[in-house]
Amino acid sequence: MIRQTIATESSARRRLTGAARVLFTLKLDGPLTVGLALTAAYGLLVLFSASGGNVRLLIGTLVRLALGTGVMLALARLSPNTLRRAAPWLYGVGILLLLAVAAFGHVYLGAKRWLDLGPVEFQPSELIKIAVPMMCAWYLHDRALPPRWGDLAVLAAIILLPVALVIKEPDLGTAALIGAAGAVVIFLAGLRMRVVIGVLLLAIAAFAFGLRYMHGYQRARLLTFLNPQAHPLSTGYHIIQSQIAVGSGGIFGKGWMAGSQARLDFLPERTTDFIFAVIGEEFGLLGLAVLLLLFAFVIGRSLYLALQCPDTFSRLLGGALAVTFFIYVFINAGMVTGLVPVVGVPLPLVSYGGSSIVTELSGFGILMSLFSHRKLMG
Amino acid sequence: MSPVRIKDNWREHRIFARRIGFFIALMVIAAIAVFSRLYYLQVIRQHYYETLSVANGVRTVPIPAARGLIVDRNGQVLAMNRPTFDLELTPDEVPDLRGSLLRLARLHLVHAHSIPRLIRAIKSHLRFDPVPIRLQLTQAEVARFAVRRYEFPGINISPQQSRWYPLRNLGVFAIGYVGPISASELRHVNPAAYAGTALFGKTGVEAVYQNVLHGTNGYRQVLVNALGREVRRPGVLARHLHEKPPIPGDDLILSLNLKIQRLAEKLLKGRDGAIVALNPWNGNVIALASSPTFDPNLFVRGISEKQYLALVNNPDMPLFDRALRSQLPIGSTIKPAIALGAITDGVINPKKRIYAGPDWHLPGSDHLFHNAAHEVCGWVGMSMSIIMSCDVYFYRVAYKMGVDRIGAWLPNFGFGRPTGIDLPGEESGLVPTPAWMAKHYPHDYGWYPGDTVILGIGQGAFMATPIQLAHYTAILATRGLSFRPRLVTGVRNPLTGKIHWKRPVLDGNLTMIKPSAWKLVIKAMHGVATNPRGTAYWDMINATYPIAAKTGTAQLTREEANGDYDKAATPEKLRDDSWFIAFAPVPKPRIAVAVLVEHAGWGAAAAGPDTMKILNAYLLGPNGKLLPATPRARYSLPRDIKPRATAGVDPRLTALERAAEP
Repeated sequence: MIRQTIATESSARRRLTGAARVLFTLKLDGPLTVGLALTAAYGLLVLFSASGGNVRLLIGTLVRLALGTGVMLALARLSPNTLRRAAPWLYGVGILLLLAVAAFGHVYLGAKRWLDLGPVEFQPSELIKIAVPMMCAWYLHDRALPPRWGDLAVLAAIILLPVALVIKEPDLGTAALIGAAGAVVIFLAGLRMRVVIGVLLLAIAAFAFGLRYMHGYQRARLLTFLNPQAHPLSTGYHIIQSQIAVGSGGIFGKGWMAGSQARLDFLPERTTDFIFAVIGEEFGLLGLAVLLLLFAFVIGRSLYLALQCPDTFSRLLGGALAVTFFIYVFINAGMVTGLVPVVGVPLPLVSYGGSSIVTELSGFGILMSLFSHRKLMG
Repeated sequence: MSPVRIKDNWREHRIFARRIGFFIALMVIAAIAVFSRLYYLQVIRQHYYETLSVANGVRTVPIPAARGLIVDRNGQVLAMNRPTFDLELTPDEVPDLRGSLLRLARLHLVHAHSIPRLIRAIKSHLRFDPVPIRLQLTQAEVARFAVRRYEFPGINISPQQSRWYPLRNLGVFAIGYVGPISASELRHVNPAAYAGTALFGKTGVEAVYQNVLHGTNGYRQVLVNALGREVRRPGVLARHLHEKPPIPGDDLILSLNLKIQRLAEKLLKGRDGAIVALNPWNGNVIALASSPTFDPNLFVRGISEKQYLALVNNPDMPLFDRALRSQLPIGSTIKPAIALGAITDGVINPKKRIYAGPDWHLPGSDHLFHNAAHEVCGWVGMSMSIIMSCDVYFYRVAYKMGVDRIGAWLPNFGFGRPTGIDLPGEESGLVPTPAWMAKHYPHDYGWYPGDTVILGIGQGAFMATPIQLAHYTAILATRGLSFRPRLVTGVRNPLTGKIHWKRPVLDGNLTMIKPSAWKLVIKAMHGVATNPRGTAYWDMINATYPIAAKTGTAQLTREEANGDYDKAATPEKLRDDSWFIAFAPVPKPRIAVAVLVEHAGWGAAAAGPDTMKILNAYLLGPNGKLLPATPRARYSLPRDIKPRATAGVDPRLTALERAAEP
């Protein structure tokens, strides 16, 4: 009897050890991998309904997920040192690609964002989303922290050059997110609070000033956010319809494939930027709570991994990736529910299209690499 | 020069951890914000957004209620609904708009010259909404389109409910007609109750009973997407869709007797005139004819301008309802009323004979009033004066009564005000008084005694309509009972089959007139038909039952008033109007008739024979015998079975009437 119990226990331990060994070999973090997989699976379920049962769209997303997983596995296997050494190169390539877009990019929906690389269309701003925090972390790695004024000037240049190029595209939302990613690195590096507050105030002033020089559609989006009912059929349409979708879902939702807002095309961009509203309509408050808890788990685990990293580069980059992920989730959820203006930010891991899933999974690949190789560092 | 700083990994890690803590705090705040917002949207305001979401995708399509039928007393359908077929085009589904229309033109389904206008109309509609491009196709056109149907994607035949009057002209002034609802009519009704309704009663009982006939429109909800296109297979989303079936309008049962109505219109054919026959015991209209007539079906889907102008410019005025709107002097048919008034007021002794020569001298004036055709009546009393229609006798009576008495008596017989029949547009006629004369002719010399004198023979400014005259005849027939004339006797619920019978309305009872006066006057009117000196003797000579009658010849020119009247030399428009009133059988009359034939000469000559035919048709059975009065004939209205025509007295009698029945 006792022997039997011991045997069962030991076999269980052996199995666990087996899974752990696979994860260790792949340099993956178990909990984070499970969290990402659950989130992606949930996303596929919703995407199928949001697209009206479009199998082709589902396959497209599966291909992107596979591609992203591949990149994630590859990046996880690289050592943080390699990543750090690659940072300036990656950054340089990103800048060059942005310049290429500005020179002969593909115009889509009035904006030059895409680079046509034969069969694949590539959005260089996705690459720069990761390259900027990497570059900032690389710059701060050898320096004593908190950063000094001279460091700040260099970092500002590192951040603002791609931001300016993306603004030219024009893609204000992505530019803001790139800037935020860089700023998070500086903040995590220990920039003094009073400087932080000063910069924030300066940013608000610059924003108020910039409002006058915005493109018409950018200003319209902001003003619409302040009063959506003023233009119910034009610029306010997105916000109103997405709030109707979320609100009408109630606590339990209308059921999978049964959201009338999504199915009858009243909800715009329902497979991409507004897929959060589809979840709210079909699965209700409970469905959104599940999604947000999954995200919270992913972010929390990411922050935990970042905290375990021994060196400056890994910590700063890992922390920035986790915080950036949070920012994406918050802005998308806030936009759909009417908390923040409509900016074209997809819901990470769930929204269809673009190269964003690949970028996001790349980020998590880097995070896992930073964490799983930590013992190799001196 | 700042001091060289040494990298302190422990301190950096501590700062990093604090900063991460800061972000975690931020995330908690953000999560609280998002969940508060979600709680607000999905819990507090859930109902509001649910309503908006349903309103987004659900479009309510009205289903117009079927309009009530109009049937006669035997259930014969006078106005019905029938499907018509329109050609509809859905722009989104037509690949080649101009080409399709040109091919339709080749099939003679649209006019080639109307194509540019049609294209403009089609372009102004939503792409998914069908546009009617041709209304009311004929059977042949439907067939012609149906065989080529495959050539016209996006063009369909759409069935619509329309109104149809199967008997066409017959009874048009009683039934009336419907036409496309106008903006001003919509302002007078609840627009929500009329959503989807295309037709509205314009005249006749169709107009008066519009609310009864209309019913209650229903609706059907369909799912539409953001572009407004209907979702054919809504699946799980269908649970929000409601449907309310329409409630059809009530059917109207008219008192019209189609046999008599048809005969009346046949008798008037080719002449201008009117015939009104009433059941004196309840005011039921047995027949209401005006000539010439028109086909009401022309108006249902909008009459063409050409057809309308033809009707309007016709000098015989077919659109003009003579029975209710033609106000004319009624000639000697007024004499029974004058006689009853004079006897009741004691102005004259009806038994006393006076000598009536060819003319009468108005006291205190040199003006002579002639008998018609300068006839000499001889020594006559009231009775013989009515039989012979002696004008000279009645000049004296009128003179002795005076205008005030006459003006007070005539309204007792329904003159000078509408009878209140359930039809629109009734005129009130005119009982002239000195006050009226002063008001309308202030520059004239006021009321002359001569005006009073000719009032006594129904001439001068006095005017009445044929319906008023029939109503008056009915009052004489019942010895003073004034039932309001009515067409609609019952309202039938088409769902339950239950009939709500309307009670007759008694507007007055002339109890001040003594039975002896009634007896004298009615006997005299019987004499009009039976006494060899009676003006209607030759018309009624073959009558197998007792008839009371009175002729009237309304003179329209001065020459006539002087008695110098040559019919052949007078243009038709200025010839005498021929009037005739009668009721029969005399002790207990079942029918009261008034006949007007315009410009036809002597009342006895033109209107008399027509009256006789009407009375015979109503009262006599196939064997030529007087039909027995049937106080309780069966009355039921199955939609498909037409019961055998009931003749005689309307069976739905009040106690009052039943008492009068033999």
